[in-house]
Amino acid sequence: MDLDPVILSRIQFGFVISFHIIFPAFTIGLAAWLATIEGARLATGNLLYRRVFDFWLPIFAVSFGMGVVTGIVMAFQFGTNWGVLAVKTGAIQGPLLGYEGFTAFMLEATFFGVMLLGRDRVSPRFYFFSCCMVSLGTMFSSFWILANNSWMQVPLGHAVVDGKIIPVDWMQIVLGPIQMVRWPHMLLAALLTTAMCVSATGAWYLLRRVHFDEGRMMLHWGLGLAAVLIPVQLFFGHLTGLYVLEHQPAKFAAIEARWKNEQPASEVLVAIPDEANQRNLYAITVPKLGSLIASGNLTAPERGLESFPREDWPPVLIPFWTFRLMVGMGLIMLAVSWLGNFLRWRSKLESSRWFLWCTLAAFPTGFVAILTGWYTAEIGRQPWVVYGLLRTKDAVTPSLTTGDVLTSLIIYVAVYWLFISFGIYYIYKLLRQGPRAKTQATANITGSRPLAVGARTDAPPVGGSGGTQ
Amino acid sequence: MSPAVPSDMALFWAAVIAISILVYVILDGFDLGVGILYGTTREENHRLNMMGTIAPFWDGNETWLVIIGASLFATFPVVYAVFLGAFYLPVLLLLVGLIFRGVAFEFRYRSVKTRWLWDAGFFLGSTVVAFVQGAAVGALMRGLPVANDQYAGTSFEWLHPFSVLTGIGLVFGYALLGAGWIVLKSEGDLRDWAYRRIPWLAAAVFLVLGLAFAVSLTVDTGAIAQSHFKDRPWGWAFVAVATASLVGVVAGARARRDGVAYALTVVFIAAAYLALGVMFWPYMVPYAVTVASAAAPEASLRFLFYGGVVVLPVIAIYTFGVYWVFRGKVRGGYR
Repeated sequence: MDLDPVILSRIQFGFVISFHIIFPAFTIGLAAWLATIEGARLATGNLLYRRVFDFWLPIFAVSFGMGVVTGIVMAFQFGTNWGVLAVKTGAIQGPLLGYEGFTAFMLEATFFGVMLLGRDRVSPRFYFFSCCMVSLGTMFSSFWILANNSWMQVPLGHAVVDGKIIPVDWMQIVLGPIQMVRWPHMLLAALLTTAMCVSATGAWYLLRRVHFDEGRMMLHWGLGLAAVLIPVQLFFGHLTGLYVLEHQPAKFAAIEARWKNEQPASEVLVAIPDEANQRNLYAITVPKLGSLIASGNLTAPERGLESFPREDWPPVLIPFWTFRLMVGMGLIMLAVSWLGNFLRWRSKLESSRWFLWCTLAAFPTGFVAILTGWYTAEIGRQPWVVYGLLRTKDAVTPSLTTGDVLTSLIIYVAVYWLFISFGIYYIYKLLRQGPRAKTQATANITGSRPLAVGARTDAPPVGGSGGTQ
Repeated sequence: MSPAVPSDMALFWAAVIAISILVYVILDGFDLGVGILYGTTREENHRLNMMGTIAPFWDGNETWLVIIGASLFATFPVVYAVFLGAFYLPVLLLLVGLIFRGVAFEFRYRSVKTRWLWDAGFFLGSTVVAFVQGAAVGALMRGLPVANDQYAGTSFEWLHPFSVLTGIGLVFGYALLGAGWIVLKSEGDLRDWAYRRIPWLAAAVFLVLGLAFAVSLTVDTGAIAQSHFKDRPWGWAFVAVATASLVGVVAGARARRDGVAYALTVVFIAAAYLALGVMFWPYMVPYAVTVASAAAPEASLRFLFYGGVVVLPVIAIYTFGVYWVFRGKVRGGYR
């Protein structure tokens, strides 16, 4: 593999987006979680909810800030590295990403500030309303991102004029059938990620025998939500697989490591796909299962990679394994959440230390599932950047040199390493410390918020008003 | 081929982007300028107060950069692609500079041992951001080579004597804006400190831009000669206004009128910006891509229009709101 601007730009995009996605995915779930417990507190007046809320709020703020900063870098990548993509598809991708920016700003400028600093300045109902709006805002942000990506996976509602891809039917582009499957899949992934993190935090406190009430609540709520959502997620994952089979059959064949056409098709459970020789090493296969998974019966023919022109083949090894990792993470979430709820039903949850250790260890399952799921989707889409319309190798900025991209890649890796390790260390410190014994005003919530405009209690007192404290 | 005359929608978005750039320069310019001046003093008290004058505003000011980028991609994708391709390394420096600035703001107070690192990051980040923005303006004045809607030059085309000088010019320009802002928002020692720097900064701006002008006529020809100034001699009126406002800045500083330095620096920047507009119009990327040829199809411009008419007023109102809430002099340091 030679280092050229295309492969380096792909590595750079993969790097910055991988570090970006973990934060928004976490904050989508946290925003919903915060809005829910704020609603519960408003309804019941239970101060436990308030303590848990105050504990998670600064963690939300820090990861929100990290998401914003890494997101700004993302917004420039399309132009700096993928200039041909930007020009050819800008008429469609530009407005979709523009709406994402607008949505994010509306949310930040208004309700995010209230949520962070407005607790004592607005009515409890309005505060709860602000929490809900922030949660809705994060979900709508993800909606636009997924609309954009879904269009890149299966382009709809467009026409090609003078080599440029222009919008014809925005309804198809924004609310197409693929988007209606993939957006829920991503939203559920975000909620599950946060549910697993919240459960793990609760388990950690119970294991350390601190913050018992708060830890117990986090454990119960987190595992309860995960237990309900994971079957729904498996269903949406299945629907996602069906769209891949229908619209991106080469990706489907790569995920299954199916080189030849088969009838009935077997299912390769694990193997090491050998792309050079088009075969699977150390394969464990189940006869007929492949046909059952793809077509719902035991006899259907399934297409292998040999059905497609060689130049349209995606890589096989990575999508094959990232897909299996994603599914594996889903199964771990299923096992942990259902077992946890079974133990809770038998009133053994808090005393089963082995299970608490398992829950703690399962905290990264959501993040791993999201990353591997995206790798499957994006690497499986290769060699296309916009499926069937524009190849990745033709999409890169023509003036880029290998030296340019190597320089930027090294700098991004160095800066992200510094910046994100500080951020994660700070989140870790907050998590370790745990909820405060009594509620207090949530001052000094800072984190890195380049866009989080608004009044801050840590800002200087100004004017004749005697300050903001 | 693209139409020769831009549609109303294209003009609307061109205006939104043009106004956003000016607002960005005037607003983020002062907090970048304060960051540049921050590196010229070691006095902790001054540093605290300087941070205090920009603390509530700086991150909102940077929002305008996001608005510019998002609108440009959606409505003039060719300009977005050519610009970011031509300024690949400057944009990298810009983003890294902005990250360091933002992080420094937060981490400075959480650390004692590494505080020097964040202080240096704040100063260097601000300076680098100002420099690459100024250099990009200079490189645009020299014109960018474009072929097939893509940038067709080399990675270091932006680094010419002329654009280096415009980069340095903008560093001084932002520092001048920052000094004016400090005067406006502070009292006592710090205000005197800033007052003393204003004449020198104004002189530096004048000198560097004069030198850039000389360079454009001699060693690095073309930047001004090829512009539309020759067809639009009235454009020199903006140059005259800009020069007069620099003189006014110095006079206002000598007379110790707190608002004058900042206000007249804004006039200076606005006049210089309009002069650039006279040079470039109707080109968005001089002298290769026009507003009409770069505009996205009507369906795209219209689709984003519905979002823009809701969001842009909210941003404007919100900006006014923040500046209103934090009006007047800053008393006491940052935290």
